[in-house]
Amino acid sequence: MTQQGVRWSADQVLALAPDASSRKAGSKLGAAGPWSGAGSSGEGMVWGLCKGSGSKPYQTVVDIADASGPAYKCSCPSRKFPCKHALGLLLLWAGEDGVVPPSQPPDWAGEWIEGRRQRATEKRAAGAAGSSSGSADPEAARRRAERRAERITAGATELEQRLADLLRDGLAGAEQAGYGLWEEMAARMVDAQASGLAARVRELGAIPSSGPGWPVRLLEECALLHLLDQGWLRRERLPDGLAATVRSRIGLPASADGPPVRDRWLVLAQYDTADARLTTRRIWLYGAESARTALLLSYGAAGRAPELALPVGLALDAEVSAYPGAGQLRAALGEQFTPPAPAATRPPGVTPAQAADRYGEALRDDPWLDSVPVTLDRVVPAPDGESWQLADADGDEALPLTPAARSRPGLWRLVALSGGAPVKVFGECGHRGFTPLTAWPERPGEAVSLC
Amino acid sequence: MNRTSAPADSPAPGAWEELVTAALLGTERRTPPGSAPGREAPVTLLDAAAAETVRRRAGLRPGRAAQRPEPAARDPRPPLPAPAARRLAMLLADRSGTGGGGRRGTAPDLMELLPQWLAAADTRGFAAPPELLPALLDAARGRTDLRPAALAFAGPRAMWLARLNPDWRFALRATPGGGMALPASEDTDKIHQLWQEGLFAERVALLSAIRAREPAAARELLATTWATERAEDRLMFLDSLRTGLAAEDEPFLEQALSDRSRNVRATAAELLSALPGSALAARMAVRAGACVAVDHTGDAPTLVVEAPHECDPSMERDGVVAKAPAGRGERSWWFGQLVEATPLTTWSARLGGRTPREIVALPVADDWQAELHAAWCRAAVRQRDAEWARALLGAPAAPEAGGPGAVSLAERAKLLGTLGSAERAEWVAGFISTHGLTEAFQLLGVCAVPWAVPLGRAVVDALNIARDAGSYPWSFSGVMGLAERCLDPSEASRLDGLLAVPDEPEDASPGAGGYWAEAFQRLMTTLRLRAAMAEELGAA
Repeated sequence: MTQQGVRWSADQVLALAPDASSRKAGSKLGAAGPWSGAGSSGEGMVWGLCKGSGSKPYQTVVDIADASGPAYKCSCPSRKFPCKHALGLLLLWAGEDGVVPPSQPPDWAGEWIEGRRQRATEKRAAGAAGSSSGSADPEAARRRAERRAERITAGATELEQRLADLLRDGLAGAEQAGYGLWEEMAARMVDAQASGLAARVRELGAIPSSGPGWPVRLLEECALLHLLDQGWLRRERLPDGLAATVRSRIGLPASADGPPVRDRWLVLAQYDTADARLTTRRIWLYGAESARTALLLSYGAAGRAPELALPVGLALDAEVSAYPGAGQLRAALGEQFTPPAPAATRPPGVTPAQAADRYGEALRDDPWLDSVPVTLDRVVPAPDGESWQLADADGDEALPLTPAARSRPGLWRLVALSGGAPVKVFGECGHRGFTPLTAWPERPGEAVSLC
Repeated sequence: MNRTSAPADSPAPGAWEELVTAALLGTERRTPPGSAPGREAPVTLLDAAAAETVRRRAGLRPGRAAQRPEPAARDPRPPLPAPAARRLAMLLADRSGTGGGGRRGTAPDLMELLPQWLAAADTRGFAAPPELLPALLDAARGRTDLRPAALAFAGPRAMWLARLNPDWRFALRATPGGGMALPASEDTDKIHQLWQEGLFAERVALLSAIRAREPAAARELLATTWATERAEDRLMFLDSLRTGLAAEDEPFLEQALSDRSRNVRATAAELLSALPGSALAARMAVRAGACVAVDHTGDAPTLVVEAPHECDPSMERDGVVAKAPAGRGERSWWFGQLVEATPLTTWSARLGGRTPREIVALPVADDWQAELHAAWCRAAVRQRDAEWARALLGAPAAPEAGGPGAVSLAERAKLLGTLGSAERAEWVAGFISTHGLTEAFQLLGVCAVPWAVPLGRAVVDALNIARDAGSYPWSFSGVMGLAERCLDPSEASRLDGLLAVPDEPEDASPGAGGYWAEAFQRLMTTLRLRAAMAEELGAA
């Protein structure tokens, strides 16, 4: 593994930033000025001393070889994670040759990495031992699970009752009832330990104010919620795969116990969504050999970036294990055999018609699915009235963009990249339309992240 | 996406609509299709709606493709090298700005470097990376000063984008004819057609382009329609003759002196007075000459000024504005205009064969010096007369050069503009060495970038002196900012000694030393960054 091979681009580094102000502060520190004693080791360590406002420079060290994404350590008092110094250091390392030369790590940096890697090894060993011996008291665990299932059943039954009441009185009343009604119902579902139901109920609350056509959308979502309730109440009669899907949709925890699949995984997209409590990061991977698409989820408390960061356009040799459930793409990243490195590979694409078929087929396994990941080949972004669509360059079919995708700056990056010519686009295709996440030009060129 | 036509096993068409209606009104009021009224009706409705929702989603088909946009014109320029593209992305990411404030830390202001990055990229003739065009256009939208360079670099694809996004309309306005190509010079028919039928902006662009290529052709083109143009348009067209102004333009300009519009007359007179051989210049010389004479009666020769007593119609025709602005005497107002329009070369003969330097050195009687010298300054700038400019600037180290002398800083900056860049830099360096940086900002602004070595050293030395004097660096933030952008990056090594926090002298402002070290650090970081930028763009 050479230093050149694993070096990232500035975009990839900036993707690690927890927020816009860190991005900015970090990019300012990405110049040689304040740095001294910077260096990097072949094992994926980067370190340096950054002159701050105090007399003593900050000691910054980053471990980019870690399986769960880069790890950072900085002696600055910032609570941002990674802090601007870590970002600046990585930018410095990404930017120019010779500024961060390969060398022996100084003691302060070496010790931290050693300690970290040792702890990681111990944890892995402990984890392996733990899973083989099983939980301490299987009987107690079974009872706990039973109690939780009973609570969920009670919650689902109550929700069914509420939905029936709603439909009896008419959805028109829901417009006046406002948000409070749904919030209260969502809180009951949280009490019932059915976080999946709670999230769906909360989303119902936003629909009446979502503009024309809301009754249709509200009925659709109520019906799917009813379907999920019924799935839970009759889970014993469902096939195993569908039952697992229902359990995960309800919000029961599961572990990624699918067989590990080793592949060269290309990072297709990474984006965050945040609510008041939680930042959720979604990372789409594509396995070049297995032709599988996998979704990694990573969470961070509000204001903190989730720990796992895999910049778009890199590929890594690693194992991923799927979570249970039919049609579920979620997976967990297992052992990483190489650090992420730039890769020229691109996922194979399909036509808009094939993309729509894929979504339709995926609903067979998971009727609650909003979208599926798809790569479109040779499409042209074209304005369509107020909206935009991705039109097949060689046919006359087109997928509309989702309303959300229309207002994002990524749309214009996509349009600019295309310039009216066909591009390859990866994104999520569902009943609301297509959400572009990453694009490639026809000619050779790097992946352009659109989110 | 479109909903499918109903598959074979679907319920009756319109079933979904009926479900929605029933759901909206409530099963109490409306019995949904396929169910009996009663307690079970809502559940039956939900069952049916769930099946129908999944069926509808599974049957989604792509829509019909709309009109695809015309592909953007190809950009023939070579692509930007990858490190330079990354740098540009970083400069653009900083766009939101740091928002002022005295203390700015040690990190460079990236946005401030964007103008020179763009200038360098334009010089090297690289094509912009398409995915960065939106950020580039947004930056140019926010800062009009960036627009010419940004749009030149952005190239044809940015024009293509601007036609699709109303936020970027400015790009179409800024580029004449929305990026349309001007006809070739041989294509006279095309030129005449565009001149006759084009929009105002297109016509101005056409006239300027031809003027730059073939001054006489532009004037002849303008003459073909001059009589029928509107007054505002005449003014703009006349103004474009400023480029390549020559003696051959005199007849046309002389005729414009009789124009109906006062502004057109004034502009014509101004242009004529910049032609030392013109009849107007000669008439002005006669008028101004009558007002200034050398008086030998005293101890030393002295200039005496007798300002005109009236502004007659012939003066007005030659562009003299009769009505003085509020607070100014009429006579001195007329006098200033006469001197300003008089060819400077005539003064030597008029004033006893003296050189400009000798003339400027003559004492002026009765407080007329300010008026006379200011008028000469305007004349030197207008006629781009370096010798007179030198005389009026005086020696940079002269004591009055630093004070509020006869010649203001703004005028001096303009006078410097008539000198070559090396001479300009040398003069400003001399000025800074004597008078320090307090008044230097405006003068530094007219110096060529990167600063010549002596000028750069003078600035760094003066900053060093200011630091040792114990003041805070933000008193010099304007000059610091200029230095960051204009100092030659190869001078960075000379700053090494200034980066340390010095021991604080007793009379210094508290903490100033640390802030200075910080400011110098930012200066050096910025210089390094600029060197890296130049290298990434393949500077020789």
